[in-house]
Amino acid sequence: MALGAAISRAIPRRALSSAATSARSASSWWGHVEPAPKDPILGVTEAFLADPSPDKVNVGVGAYRDDNGKPVVLECVREAERRIAGTLNMEYLPMGGSVKMIEETLKLAYGEDSEFIKDKRIAAVQALSGTGACRLFADFQKRFLPDSQIYIPIPTWANHHNIWRDARVPQRTLRYYHPESKGLDFASMMDDIRNAPNGSFFLLHACAHNPTGVDPSEEQWREISYQFKVKNHFPFFDMAYQGFASGDPERDAKAIRIFLEDGHPIGCAQSYAKNMGLYGQRIGCLSILCEDEMQAVAVKSQLQQLARPMYSNPPVHGALIVSTILGDTELKNLWLKEVKGMADRIIGMRKALRENLEKLGSPLSWEHITNQIGMFCYSGLTPEQVDRLTSEFHIYMTRNGRISMAGVTTGNIGYLANAIHEVTTSS
Amino acid sequence: MDAANVRGVRRLSTLVRHLIVPSPPSSSSSSSTEAPPMASQNPNDLVAPSPAAAFSSVFAHVAQGPEDPILGVTVAYNKDPSPVKVNLGVGAYRTEEGKPLVLNVVRKAEQMLVNDPSRVKEYLPITGLADFNKLSAKLIFGADSPAIQENRVATVQCLSGTGSLRVGGEFLARHYHERTIYIPLPTWGNHPKVFTLAGLSVKTYRYYDPATRGLNFQGLIEDLGAAPSGAIVLLHACAHNPTGVDPTPEQWEQIRQLIRSKGLLPFFDSAYQGFASGSLDADAQSVRIFVADGGELLTAQSYAKNMGLYGERVGALSIVCRSADVAVRVESQLKLVIRPMYSNPPIHGASIVATILKDRETYNEWTIELKAMADRIISMRHQLFDALKARGTPGDWSHIIKQIGMFTFTGLNSQQVAFMTKDFHIYMTSDGRISMAGLSSKTVPHLADAIHAAVTTVN
Repeated sequence: MALGAAISRAIPRRALSSAATSARSASSWWGHVEPAPKDPILGVTEAFLADPSPDKVNVGVGAYRDDNGKPVVLECVREAERRIAGTLNMEYLPMGGSVKMIEETLKLAYGEDSEFIKDKRIAAVQALSGTGACRLFADFQKRFLPDSQIYIPIPTWANHHNIWRDARVPQRTLRYYHPESKGLDFASMMDDIRNAPNGSFFLLHACAHNPTGVDPSEEQWREISYQFKVKNHFPFFDMAYQGFASGDPERDAKAIRIFLEDGHPIGCAQSYAKNMGLYGQRIGCLSILCEDEMQAVAVKSQLQQLARPMYSNPPVHGALIVSTILGDTELKNLWLKEVKGMADRIIGMRKALRENLEKLGSPLSWEHITNQIGMFCYSGLTPEQVDRLTSEFHIYMTRNGRISMAGVTTGNIGYLANAIHEVTTSS
Repeated sequence: MDAANVRGVRRLSTLVRHLIVPSPPSSSSSSSTEAPPMASQNPNDLVAPSPAAAFSSVFAHVAQGPEDPILGVTVAYNKDPSPVKVNLGVGAYRTEEGKPLVLNVVRKAEQMLVNDPSRVKEYLPITGLADFNKLSAKLIFGADSPAIQENRVATVQCLSGTGSLRVGGEFLARHYHERTIYIPLPTWGNHPKVFTLAGLSVKTYRYYDPATRGLNFQGLIEDLGAAPSGAIVLLHACAHNPTGVDPTPEQWEQIRQLIRSKGLLPFFDSAYQGFASGSLDADAQSVRIFVADGGELLTAQSYAKNMGLYGERVGALSIVCRSADVAVRVESQLKLVIRPMYSNPPIHGASIVATILKDRETYNEWTIELKAMADRIISMRHQLFDALKARGTPGDWSHIIKQIGMFTFTGLNSQQVAFMTKDFHIYMTSDGRISMAGLSSKTVPHLADAIHAAVTTVN
């Protein structure tokens, strides 16, 4: 019988003879797989959790903590969840995500009355938080401008390098941080912008630069924007901390608004991980400003073509929380109040940490602690000093000396200041 | 604005650029020592367009992407004003009343989560919720699976089935020596795109036999037999999408022997566990015979349909390895795929699943609700078959009751489908696939009329 013959040809006789054929070879296909290095940021929290010391302090990952060191779920979020639970179904969102969430999100970045929103010139899709937005953009950039590259500030969030690498977009460096002053190396930054080939792509942190906390001033942003015009560069903004930097979302969007005024066709990644405390919900947005509505429709359709083979359509829950809050005046006002509260607490901790260190008689300058902005302080501590903080004092931070100020509380600030003083004065 | 006008505006703005000289910002920062670039050597530096001129986008050349063939059906359905329209496109379950369904156990879990003040929304680990991962592996492999007991399974939470397939595909493209994956003909429309973007090259093996509307087993065996040693093979664990045609247990055993003897690597897509027969264990048998022989495999699981969690995007990728040591290293490499894609997976849906699976009572309640959904679909199959028989519709329609799961591959061609959409407002994919979940006792007669008309008057 033809079928039997086909099977006999395909399966060797010896394999058929045993009732339950074992898999042919006893070795693994994955024997050669190397253990991957630990993620430098997320690995810190893993190590912290494993530490039994009662004095341990986690100033590693950028997740907000209240003054008791506890994670916070915003009141506006709790209320939104109460309204959502039990009332809605969980059907698929469209590939591009929740239209309502996107509408509200664009207003935050582009302005409530933005002409670009009115004219429907923005191609926007819901993305998996900031990471997902950056990745979609990188993939889109690779697909439609395969010869382009991306200039990334030094230093930056480590995962930025992974994202554009996996999208196979070549990376170039943009000088940014000035170690001596612990501020912005504006001259070098402008040099790199001027020397880049015309039409280069740049990744810019819209506010509260991660990891340094060093942002250009408004005047500096205007000069950067001007030079971008001269060179016809493409600005891609990663805005992960809107509201978190100054406490005022409008103020934190200033750089983006300057570029929009100057006529740049920007790209923008937005995240609600920190400013709405929605970390694990993975909720964000990727937008690209286009020439007109027709182009925006085309670009959006192509972004969806990239999302479909990655996850089909984005998760609904976080989107519902965001649109419930931002679509309700009372809840939105509550959110603005709570964001300001978080930002103010961090600003307060910056002041206190600097004062503590100065009171301890530190010979070093600590004014960068209050000059820098947002969740992180680039302390200037060396990797060796960081290692000492961990091994002697059970204080956990990333080895680049980045301190998450959100992890600093009135309860641990004295201990932290003492430890920093210790490792920076003794050898 | 039409194309000619757009080009005209661009030409104009290019001209404008050469006429307008910009004024630099009025105040520079103290660290800038640069003079304004008014008379620089580089002609590119001379002028910039004023904000008033139309800017040009570097993405101006981007053409509109095609509508997704499956999701596009619902878009078209939503636009149709007809009161008799029926949506048999996307594979999302509908009740007898044609409404989406949230399972009772899901509602209960939701309430528990919302009412728990200690719950936070922090980042999950890159690999996702640990409880969820363990419970998912148990669900597909069986609680007593030796692979689990020996810690040989690396499981990571992913974004539903799509995300699990993509992460698995990327892992294979980086770490596996064979870059070709064989997918059945036909298969879910998104499969080829997922694996291509993951970095694999996609080939097909014969699967569906249009003549019998059943399995082309001989073709399947021949094609997999001819595949290069080590090639990856995509298998639908049960309720094949779009055909509803599954191998019998005997055929599965022969497929397993062939795959193992040729050293092919099986990659299971399990999107309908529990939905096919109504039994979670029965629907996992194909996967479990492969685990039982001690070999390696990949599995993508989705909770979209069987827990109705569609939009929450909950799923898991498991890689069954030869040893616990290998599984640890594999997991670490999976993290490197995930981190630059979305950092860590969404917490909500996985929390619901874990809540349901870890409690004996809610788990049992779930199996009952799941069986009810599967039974309703089976009953729709019988109703449709009976309705066509009653109308004397020409042809053999027994495949409607032989095929399994959410979909029926009717055998209707694209002209017949277009006719049914136009004249009867029936929405389905052009390959003739209908989602039985979208049918109800009320709409079966209308569908039967439409099929009858299509078969007797078109082609």
